[in-house]
Amino acid sequence: MHSYDFTLILAFFVLVLLPAPFIGRYLYRVMEGEKTWLSPVLQPVERLCYRIAGVDSNREQDWKTYSLALLAFTLISLLTLFAILMLQGSLPLNPQQLPGLEWTLAFNTAVSFVTNTNWQAYSGEAQMSYFSQMVGLGVQNFVSPAVGLAVLVVFCRGIARRSSNSVGNFWVDLTRATLYGLLPFCLVLALLLVWQGVPQTFLEYVTAHTIGGTDQVVPLGPAASQIAIKQLGTNGGGFFGVNSAHPFENPTAWSNLFEVASIILIPAALLFTFGHYVKDLRQSRALLACMLILFSVGLGGTLYAEHQPNPALAALPIEQSGSLEGKESRFGTTASALWAVTTTAASNGSVNAMHDSFSALGGMIPMFNMMLGEVIFGGVGAGLYGMLLFVLIAVFLAGLMIGRTPEYLGKKLEAREVRLLVATLLVMPVGVLVLGALAASLPGPASSVSNPGAHGFSQILYNYTSGAANNGSAFGGFGANTPYHNLMIGLAMLLGRFGYILPILAIAGSLAAKKRAPVGSNSFPTHGPLFVTLLTLTILLVGGLTFLPALALGPIAEHMTMFQGF
Amino acid sequence: MLKQIRPAISVLAFMTLVTGVVYPLTVTGVAQLAFPAQANGSLLHNQQGDVLGSALLAQPFEGAQWFQPRLSAGGYATVASGASNLAPSNPALAERIAADAQRLQAEGQGAVPMQLVTTSASGLDPHLSPAAAQFQIARIAAARGIPAASLERLIEQHVEKPLVGPAVVNVLALNLALADNSPPAKAE
Repeated sequence: MHSYDFTLILAFFVLVLLPAPFIGRYLYRVMEGEKTWLSPVLQPVERLCYRIAGVDSNREQDWKTYSLALLAFTLISLLTLFAILMLQGSLPLNPQQLPGLEWTLAFNTAVSFVTNTNWQAYSGEAQMSYFSQMVGLGVQNFVSPAVGLAVLVVFCRGIARRSSNSVGNFWVDLTRATLYGLLPFCLVLALLLVWQGVPQTFLEYVTAHTIGGTDQVVPLGPAASQIAIKQLGTNGGGFFGVNSAHPFENPTAWSNLFEVASIILIPAALLFTFGHYVKDLRQSRALLACMLILFSVGLGGTLYAEHQPNPALAALPIEQSGSLEGKESRFGTTASALWAVTTTAASNGSVNAMHDSFSALGGMIPMFNMMLGEVIFGGVGAGLYGMLLFVLIAVFLAGLMIGRTPEYLGKKLEAREVRLLVATLLVMPVGVLVLGALAASLPGPASSVSNPGAHGFSQILYNYTSGAANNGSAFGGFGANTPYHNLMIGLAMLLGRFGYILPILAIAGSLAAKKRAPVGSNSFPTHGPLFVTLLTLTILLVGGLTFLPALALGPIAEHMTMFQGF
Repeated sequence: MLKQIRPAISVLAFMTLVTGVVYPLTVTGVAQLAFPAQANGSLLHNQQGDVLGSALLAQPFEGAQWFQPRLSAGGYATVASGASNLAPSNPALAERIAADAQRLQAEGQGAVPMQLVTTSASGLDPHLSPAAAQFQIARIAAARGIPAASLERLIEQHVEKPLVGPAVVNVLALNLALADNSPPAKAE
């Protein structure tokens, strides 16, 4: 590692952690309907939205109505996006005259963007019109993280409110999250990216006549605006096929720093939003500590693995350093490893290097991050609500150990909540292990793998994990665009989204209705080092252990074969 | 649920207008005013105004007289860009690298830089490390009949050293400088 590598990592943590308390407080004010410095500009827009939709912004919903509103919005979004993708050939803003997508690909892509996954079985510059990118995918890039944020604040209200039947108004939460929570940050990032070289134009592709005597088509488009929300909204769906590895998506080391920090800027800030809801910022710091521990261990491991020379190349007359296969020169090994860990800790899924070509262990850690359910910062809203589920499980386990009714921040956890908690624990195993095993055992679907041996299995494992965890990154050699995988990964994405959201809304509803017991000397404190340790172990044991056998068949087997042992 | 369909349709329509139309148009407007060169793809033109390429996209260069960019799994195709996605354990990777290393190896030059035998992530990586560019000096100097020192200087002039990333040189910029100083006709 060189000095610029350390500067990069330091700058990354500073950019993420320094603004987090301030953005967190701002987002709390936004989601609770308070005035912010943007209100003079955005309030008229917000009011217009409610008027058009016939929404009374002062009327709150109970958790069932809230869930129905969320489901209705998702359904309409799915149908609209599916229609746009199928019909793009006859829609405007299509200078390259691209045809509509095949229906399973359109279904997969629509589910992918509506669930904030942004799994891409297509290649943007070759298959998506500007209209589909902007009006179809771009809009879901905004509203799908806004839905995640809405669900998170419902969970927060559930914990914070006492004897309350209502949990908020979905339409208000969605609107405010989009307008105040995401839009302003995107405007700033988009312009920073254009400054660094990301295109933003509606002109058609340009043909260049090179000095080498050949012609080169230069693909263009309104890329910067889309990339900004793709990073900040933990979406990850690239404007171009190779995502943030493309020089037009991520032209410089600086654009790379801005983009990688943007992935967890809002998820890190939301920890503090939570602290404001429960009026106890110690809780935020404890969760942050747990996330930082898991993040740093993953980062250290991936950096170590990626800087090791590949033993298969040891006898060749080449420089013996970490492999640069599938990595860009302007990023190098360190920035590629940092991105891989960040994008899978959060449910972003954009890539600036090809994870398929990472070393066996360097590819396993991102996979493991996703298997934990993306709770290390995680997606906008989704990461923290996933983390809070683990918190409740840890509290429940602690309650079992000391023989008292488990209680979190004054709210008792009873049979109903624990049943729902356990239901969410099944989502990742079913999505990854059941659907993944099915894909691996059927000869047709299994033939999508592109690498031989254990790594072939890793490809299936990684990609189904990515779908179920709503991440969207890929071991990209895998031929994912087949009707089988389009439908099954589509199913995994739906399961991974609503398998969490619906139980969480139910838990939030039931917590909100409870009285708040006074926190006494017998309560188990959830902000000290003891709880951070318990929580970290719970995440690793409950979340991670399930997947160890599968990992042993894939990346661990690949590593052992290559290095002849550890 | 039916009661929620109307707000669902109207809110989605409204958000489509705001985030799908107004937002990208606003960014485009500001970007075209503030950073027109970058917003239009960082295109490079010759004196006649023809587009020679983009400063950000690698181009293939045939012949020993040019600096060669990173290898591209997709043959430098821009639509669609692509990577090899070869696993580290895939024998095809070691075979390809062995063949390229043998081709590039030069007397008295030491190990071939990693960047010259690996394909980039985008297949369009416009940069090389200074070391990977310097490795090509002997070949280019021989092909063009120019002193190695002038190529050494050329690379030095084009090195970019960002604070948060590795030092790089832009291959197209190097080759455009070569084309200016010694027309390809002379080299052939």
